Amino acid sequence: MNGSPFLQLIDLKTHFPLSKGVFFRRSAGAVKAVDGVSLELKKGEILGLVGESGCGKSTLGRTVVQLLRPTSGAVILAGRDLGKLNRRSLRSARADFQMIFQDPYATLNPRMTIFDTLAEALRAHRRLPAAELPARVGALMEKVGLSARFVKKYPHEFSGGQRQRIAIARALAVEPKLIIADEPVSALDVSIQAQILNLLANLCREMGLTMIFISHDLSVIKHISDRVAVMYLGRLVEIGRDVVERPLHPYTKALVSAIPVPDPKREKERQRIVLQGDPPSPVDPPPGCPFHPRCAYAIPECALRVPPLENVRGDSYAACIRVREINSWL
Amino acid sequence: MAGLAILFLLSLACVAGPFLSPYTYQQQDLRLVATGPSPRHWLGTDNLGRDILTRLFDGGRVSMLVGLVATAVSLVIGVLYGAVSGFFGGKVDSLMMRIVDILYALPFTIFVILLMVFFGRKFILLFVAIGAVEWLTMARIIRGQVQSLKHREFIEAAEALGLRRSRIILRHMLPNVLGVILVYATLTVPEVMLLEAFLSFLGLGVQPPMSSWGVLISDGAARMEESPWMLVAPALALALTLFSLNFLGDGLREALDPRAARNE
Repeated sequence: MNGSPFLQLIDLKTHFPLSKGVFFRRSAGAVKAVDGVSLELKKGEILGLVGESGCGKSTLGRTVVQLLRPTSGAVILAGRDLGKLNRRSLRSARADFQMIFQDPYATLNPRMTIFDTLAEALRAHRRLPAAELPARVGALMEKVGLSARFVKKYPHEFSGGQRQRIAIARALAVEPKLIIADEPVSALDVSIQAQILNLLANLCREMGLTMIFISHDLSVIKHISDRVAVMYLGRLVEIGRDVVERPLHPYTKALVSAIPVPDPKREKERQRIVLQGDPPSPVDPPPGCPFHPRCAYAIPECALRVPPLENVRGDSYAACIRVREINSWL
Repeated sequence: MAGLAILFLLSLACVAGPFLSPYTYQQQDLRLVATGPSPRHWLGTDNLGRDILTRLFDGGRVSMLVGLVATAVSLVIGVLYGAVSGFFGGKVDSLMMRIVDILYALPFTIFVILLMVFFGRKFILLFVAIGAVEWLTMARIIRGQVQSLKHREFIEAAEALGLRRSRIILRHMLPNVLGVILVYATLTVPEVMLLEAFLSFLGLGVQPPMSSWGVLISDGAARMEESPWMLVAPALALALTLFSLNFLGDGLREALDPRAARNE
């Protein structure tokens, strides 16, 4: 177990085909939402995945849990390629990985009580006698910090933070080994965000869960992750332990420079790198490095080919041909 | 609740009324042609000397039967068709919806006349004809609902949990479209009753001497000036029924939606 990675993504691509015409469907390219992502996670690791809206981070999450089937590449969880499973074996394999969604209200069936929701999850992969259910549901509720008194209530009777706790409890009910959390706190108040983050981090630690935590908020990511991966236009541009502290890639530098500093003096000195323009369309990405049209350091060579994710130092990787020139401290 | 009570009373009257009445729906009293309400004939008699109250109850049976059966038929076909079309999507959906479009384009009256010509004027054909038209709208509505539900996160979450498809449809999809189905069904019943009235008016529906509210209304409308009571009674009965059905639909929707529950 120690040698081989727990979760491995190999050149994963998820494209959405576009078609044109009313009578004769012609293929007209594809939205390359995820376009060649490779990464490895050790057991028990928390990986933060950041990127701006539309960069494909949610699609990546959904592809890992096979809510979307990959166009090509592989998702290998504990030695098994999930993309190759047929519908039945995938259904039983789903006990190993669960997803936590962004909007906790939308992920709970409004017509089912919390008890029904959690009991359904508990019984999804195991036969449990009905008599055991109340105790099990109660235990789940306590685990996520909710009182077991609430089980007979409906989702609309809870606050956002409580609903997200319920969604977490549901994900944990099948005893997964991997959790994909897709922006689990961005729909919540800032004061609640920290609670949910700590809950997730503690649960991962206690239960030895591996997690991919998706967010567009670097300060949230920094708080919870062991490693951080930065995504831009369907590709990883940087991955490493101290991405937030020492960004290597020009795109990451711009992202990091946008984090406000809570100290007014230092906040004034903060140099913002403002990116020009919008991210290019994933239907028709620019040639070469996807970031070069907006990059301050771009040179003609950047447009020639896609830079590979290369080891820069320690376990930091960046996809930029000028990474050593830009970071003089290296 | 008032809607339910009125509906219950009316149906009870329609079921029991003909047994209690001293007259039958086709019995004529030629001495009392087109008289107004009197102690012997509470709602008066029509132009052929028949007791209107008796005919009203008898016609109510027909109208309600048509309303319920045709709605049930359209509900079953429409919900199944729409759910399948919406759930599978893609090519299956396109094909199924084009069929609906084509059926929609057929003029209803011509369709009914054709049916009557080929199969004769049978009462049962009325159900078939009306059901065959009403399920189209139902199918479209259910398809739209299922499609939008399919992309809701709780359906995705259920899929991610590894639940069976049948369970997702039965436990997660159906309860969430039930409200729409019920509301639409309660709206379909009056629509069907009106259609029946329309067909009867054209002479394609219920045949005399049988009565239905549609027949009574059209008879009454023809003699509105000299004997208005012939129009008032069945029109009132129909209006009251439709009104109650609408209230009932609203009440049901509220009762079934946990978010709208006032107590708890």
